[in-house]
Amino acid sequence: MTTPYLTTSDAPPRWSVRRQLASASRWLTTPLMPDDYLGLLNPLWSAEELRGRVEAVHPETADAATLVIRPSRNWVPHRPGQWVRIGIDIEGIRHWRAYSLSSAPQRPDGCVTITVKAVPDGLVSRHLVRRTAPGTIVGLTRPEGEFVLPEPPPPRLLFLTAGSGITPVMAMLHSLLTGGAAGGEGAGGGGAVSLQSEKHREMPDVVLVHSAPMPEDVIFGEELRGLAARLPNLRLYERHTRAGGRLKPTDLPALCPDWADRAAWACGPTEMLDEVAAHWAGRSDRLHVEHFRPAVSAAGGEGGRVRFTKSGREVDADGGTPLLTVGEDAGVLMPSGCRVGICFGCVGRLSSGQVCDLRTGQVHGEEGDLVQTCVSAAAGPVDIEL
Amino acid sequence: MSTTAVLFPADVEDFGRELDKIRDEVIGSLGEQDAKYIRGVIAMQRRLELGGRALLFASWLPPVWVAGTAALATAKILENMEIGHNVLHGQWDWMRDPKIHSMTWEWDFASPADQWKHSHNYIHHTWTNVLGKDRDIGYSAMRVSPEQRWYPIYLAQPLYNVLLALFFEYGIAVYDVELERIPTGEKSPKEALSQLRAIAGKVRRQIIKDYVAFPLVAGPCFLPVLLGNLTANLARNVWAHTIIFCGHFPEGAEVFTEDQLEDETRGDWYVRQLLGSCNIDGGPLLHLMSGNLSHQIEHHLFPDLPSNRYAEIAPRIRALCERFGLPYTSGSLTRQTRSVWKRILRLALPGPPTTPAG
Ligand SMILES: Cc1cc2nc3c(=O)[nH]c(=O)nc-3n(C[C@H](O)[C@H](O)[C@H](O)COP(=O)(O)OP(=O)(O)OC[C@H]3O[C@@H](n4cnc5c(N)ncnc54)[C@H](O)[C@@H]3O)c2cc1C
Repeated sequence: MTTPYLTTSDAPPRWSVRRQLASASRWLTTPLMPDDYLGLLNPLWSAEELRGRVEAVHPETADAATLVIRPSRNWVPHRPGQWVRIGIDIEGIRHWRAYSLSSAPQRPDGCVTITVKAVPDGLVSRHLVRRTAPGTIVGLTRPEGEFVLPEPPPPRLLFLTAGSGITPVMAMLHSLLTGGAAGGEGAGGGGAVSLQSEKHREMPDVVLVHSAPMPEDVIFGEELRGLAARLPNLRLYERHTRAGGRLKPTDLPALCPDWADRAAWACGPTEMLDEVAAHWAGRSDRLHVEHFRPAVSAAGGEGGRVRFTKSGREVDADGGTPLLTVGEDAGVLMPSGCRVGICFGCVGRLSSGQVCDLRTGQVHGEEGDLVQTCVSAAAGPVDIEL
Repeated sequence: MSTTAVLFPADVEDFGRELDKIRDEVIGSLGEQDAKYIRGVIAMQRRLELGGRALLFASWLPPVWVAGTAALATAKILENMEIGHNVLHGQWDWMRDPKIHSMTWEWDFASPADQWKHSHNYIHHTWTNVLGKDRDIGYSAMRVSPEQRWYPIYLAQPLYNVLLALFFEYGIAVYDVELERIPTGEKSPKEALSQLRAIAGKVRRQIIKDYVAFPLVAGPCFLPVLLGNLTANLARNVWAHTIIFCGHFPEGAEVFTEDQLEDETRGDWYVRQLLGSCNIDGGPLLHLMSGNLSHQIEHHLFPDLPSNRYAEIAPRIRALCERFGLPYTSGSLTRQTRSVWKRILRLALPGPPTTPAG
């Protein structure tokens, strides 16, 4: 057993030897990288790029599945609630989407899980749920996001979720259960954290209010019900909207009288999150929300000719299509991130023209501005340095 | 010597529309099989390279030396032609794989990818076979068309074409810097210098890899490894030179003047690409090893379509040319090579007199 202290203290020399070896071996592989050859043996041996191999796909409901993914060696453990981007090739084309990690950090087998709900007409979600076989190699990025538990976790928590919005909360629940809230770095050498640490900290008092159309649509339904039956500190309230109608924030006091005193985490459809945010007005410091979809409200700009100046591509774009999609379709290597306007992983520098923010309808932009391509469409001719 | 005149403008536009249709069809049907193809070729090329280099480590046995060198030469040819040239054309950009993309690819060729994309994709593919514009057709370096004025220096062109074949990658790299445009003020010495520096940096790494690092790692096999690498590089150069010269210079390939380009429509452009290019007949192996430049015509019509699709559209293009009465030049590798050399030898001397085009 190595303690975290030991691991970090002998890390530097080992790393620098490895780095020197890597840079020496570049003389043998130029113009390629050693990685390009190592990848022939095992795609997960890449030192440069994060990747994952799908180890198993477990159906959760009729239209949702959990994918167990083994990340490559350079993986950094996540904090429960964080998300990653998954890159998957569909008909030869790589597509990236954000998915919350549904597993607690440091699973004994070293894998992580995402849980995906196939949305109607959804390109990536349907592919992941229905057509992804074990063995598939996917692109992966480092965990991101601030929808996480503080360390130490507060004594009383409220989770408000609907549909696939349960996924980040599942990771949080698991880590509360095993006693580590933040996960990641603090959790040490990995491996068996379970039984011992379950005692090491009392599980805080948790109320989970979850909505789904019908009982059988509840992702992790069985597991949640089992946990609630076993753990006195976990109260589960399921709302089946087909029969009971949508949950309104005004229903909350009846279900959880001390809702206002609890630190709250909410994840679900945009309308629900909007209502929740309105309900928490004045107490927003106690509320954390995670959006899975961009809050697109505006009809968009007028569109125009878009020039991607670094790649030398030019296309006509309509006013409702994000520049990110326009570029991807034109074969430009677009940087991308969450695709909903939060992470700023997709920005490009505007060299001329203006864009329309698809969330607000506001037309803006001056030369040199960094614009979020995932939520901006062309408002007239646009030159962007990508 | 222009055939363009025999077509009515309306026919030219029809011809263009037919080609656009073929192009759209191919683009619409790109998918997993194509992605598998290029990834397969890349994996095969890398394995072949590793295998060739590994064999060379045991190259005190002459047959092993031959096998290792042949494998390495084949790998280097694939890397330059079916992979590098085509990736840099953006043929695989649609996959959105940053590892196989024209913006990120770098190749085992003296020309840095950026410089080459400009001189090749832009200059050569835009100005195909236009005298004074397409630097691929000689200009100052070589006389490949009777329309070019003769100078005594051209007497030496057979000799320097042999040298160019042997040191093709360096020749192309330096040639693309367009040093001759510095005295005329069209190019700043500073720009040329920074380009030359980038080339020097690449060449240095390549030379260290093939002629220092690998021989050293081979220890007692230092010399055979060095010679194997040198042979593989020379073979790759001669092969690339041969294929590329067969693409534009055999009998039948036409050249154009700048004024023929005035008001060029999309249809005209297609016709010029067709008339300026020649195919090489052969089997799948020849197509693969030539980077599918054996389908030079298809490549020039659709430079950014994935090369694995050229073979499938070639019969349709040929039929289309027949229908419109346009020539579709192709011949065997030996015939085309002979024809190229005949031209280079003949045009080393003054003449022959030309009939004005149009
Ligand atoms: C931070 C973050 C975390 C996420 N975590 C998860 C997760 O854990 N599990 C999960 O299943 N998804 C999650 N998502 C959503 C996910 O990234 C995709 O947007 C979703 O899977 C749909 O992608 P698609 O390619 O199938 O749909 P697309 O082909 O992009 O869209 C097809 C159609 O579906 C609509 N659509 C897009 N997204 C949704 C959606 N979420 N619900 C309903 N309709 C939609 C589109 O408007 C469009 O009409 C997360 C998103 C973000 C930003």
